[in-house]
Amino acid sequence: MAQAAAHEHHAPSGLKRWLFSTNHKDIGTMYLVLAFVGGVVGLIMSIWFRLELMFPGMQLTPDPQFFNVLITAHGLLMVFFFIMPALIGGFGNWMVPLQIGAPDMAFPRMNNISFWLTAAGMILLVASLFVGGAGTGWTIYPPLSSQPYHASPAVDLAIFSLHLAGAGSLLGAINFIVTIFNMRAPGMTLHKMPLFVWSILVTAFLLVLALPVLAGAITMLLTDRNFGTSFFKPEGGGDPVLFQHLFWFFGHPEVYIMILPSFGIISHVVSTFSRKPVFGYLGMVYAMVAIGFIGFIVWAHHMYTVGMNTDVEAYFVAATMVIAVPTGIKVFSWIATMWGGSIRFTTPMLFAIGMIVLFTIGGVTGVVLANAAADYALHDTYYVVAHFHYTLSMGALFGIFAGYYYWIGKMTGRQYDEKLGKIHFWMLFIGVNLTFFPMHFLGLAGMPRRIPDYPDAFFGWNFVASVGALIGLLSTLLFFYIVWKTFRAGEKCPDNPWGEGATTLEWTVPSPAPFHTFEKQPVVR
Amino acid sequence: MDRSKALTLTVVFGLLAVMTGLTVAAVPLYQLFCQITGYGGTTQVADKPPEAVSDVEVTVFFDANVERDLGWRFRPEVDRVRVKVGEPTLVFYVAENVGTRTTVGTSVYNVAPFKVGPYFSKVQCFCFEQQKLAPGESVRMGVTFFVDPEMLEDPNTREVRQITLSYTMFLDEEATAELEQGAKGAEVSG
Repeated sequence: MAQAAAHEHHAPSGLKRWLFSTNHKDIGTMYLVLAFVGGVVGLIMSIWFRLELMFPGMQLTPDPQFFNVLITAHGLLMVFFFIMPALIGGFGNWMVPLQIGAPDMAFPRMNNISFWLTAAGMILLVASLFVGGAGTGWTIYPPLSSQPYHASPAVDLAIFSLHLAGAGSLLGAINFIVTIFNMRAPGMTLHKMPLFVWSILVTAFLLVLALPVLAGAITMLLTDRNFGTSFFKPEGGGDPVLFQHLFWFFGHPEVYIMILPSFGIISHVVSTFSRKPVFGYLGMVYAMVAIGFIGFIVWAHHMYTVGMNTDVEAYFVAATMVIAVPTGIKVFSWIATMWGGSIRFTTPMLFAIGMIVLFTIGGVTGVVLANAAADYALHDTYYVVAHFHYTLSMGALFGIFAGYYYWIGKMTGRQYDEKLGKIHFWMLFIGVNLTFFPMHFLGLAGMPRRIPDYPDAFFGWNFVASVGALIGLLSTLLFFYIVWKTFRAGEKCPDNPWGEGATTLEWTVPSPAPFHTFEKQPVVR
Repeated sequence: MDRSKALTLTVVFGLLAVMTGLTVAAVPLYQLFCQITGYGGTTQVADKPPEAVSDVEVTVFFDANVERDLGWRFRPEVDRVRVKVGEPTLVFYVAENVGTRTTVGTSVYNVAPFKVGPYFSKVQCFCFEQQKLAPGESVRMGVTFFVDPEMLEDPNTREVRQITLSYTMFLDEEATAELEQGAKGAEVSG
């Protein structure tokens, strides 16, 4: 009786369950919902400016500043309020405790405030759209983001939004680090830990080391804008280039923060559906650690054109190319995992293979851009847009979808529709490739980023890219339907729907995973 | 909270504090770094010119920009000079206040190509201090500079024969505001 009452107390319902939640699964779910909203709003903006760019001339964004506002909001939303909350807050919260056999995160209340800080950050960012909007690009470089050029409080709101989302991510990262170091099941040494947990651990360290730098830089920008300081104002002895250094010291690790959890998910999916353990487990682990480390010493390759001397450029070129080595280790290990396996092409596996192929294309164009000499020509062109969308819009996004289809049965107890899932994959695959591959051609032809109009000569490939974006939109509508159908009429999902390839601990608990799991610690051998 | 969790937490918060500290320290460190390395075309300050003068001649161009709010006209007296590397040279800039109020100007400067920064030294320059000009007032301002002969030893810079010295004159809002306040105070007391 007393036990039942205690149980009641631990599983609140209604508004209280969500608002005050300290349960890692509920918080993970809320993060996924937040990411869903952020992703949809970011997608709508991208469709808006792809339609603008479908034809030469100004159609749907009569004011060029409004175009800039759209691309800025698209970038910030996708980075901070879609990819990060989905991969780290969503799947991380859901699966890290399950995969290490822990009952919950180390600091459940801190987990709650992490989420609500992120949610408040998103509200501030959306609010900035209604007070003039920040048309600065997601990099918010001064002088464009300074008072004379963005006089409205929109940039201040965007800065506060990043402060809140950053604080939320930091607390989340600290929570992950403490959880992973202290709450693993007996027998699970660091070198036996699932790769997704490793990816979240490395990501959490990157967040702890990189986010304070962003927070510092944007705080200085804020005081420059409002309190008369001159950190980045040349007239007061400051230097706008310092902002670029600080921003990219955060910004480059940030792109690994977005992609590493995807790497973790892909490893599990490839291993599960090849029915083989991951090839070169230790190599995979230390490749991620190496990527995380190198990520901190290559930042200036984003700013070759600010006028560095040749020796410094040579260093950043070489260091940047070194990243291809651990990344190559991962790609080849995934292929070696599939080699000789009994492969099943389920939806998550399709997304995983798609991710490997497309991320590799993005990696190759990254090696091209790493060359300072080539970058002088390609800097701020659509070639760069193509490059980072291949790594993020396909690397990170396909990782999110792979994780979604892989784990949705575990999270909801209902399985998705396999046939529709495969159609979703192929539509999205065709859509994103049609959208982003032509951007390589546009960039090589010299079309600049962040400009709403273009000469007629660029019309053809822009049209193709916009058609691709619309196919991507259709595939997303199909995804909504798949989600709806899963909840409405999805088949009951067994504890382990994937068979013997799925070896991690989350498949040993019932589906859907009950409110409390691993109250008795499992033992790993 | 058990002890191992507390330890991990302490270490992570320590990392956080270190990174925050480094970010704050980045501002003075960056300035120091530019001054020492001549990064971004930051010029050097020298007490006296070098003893040795090279036979190699370079052309130094002079550039002047002025911020709109300042209300000044600002230009070099000559647009270029040919100088021997190592030879100290004095040139003049002229500033004239064509606005309606007394303003204080302060200038920022660098040289192009940026890589010459470490080898371009100023012995004396108006840019080391602020200028105050009443409406209609004008002033001739000198800068004494030399090109360090070591430029000819550095494989990255030895081919350089043209250097541009550039100034942008900005309104020093704080000093101007103080000035106006002081003037008001004087009026009241007078």
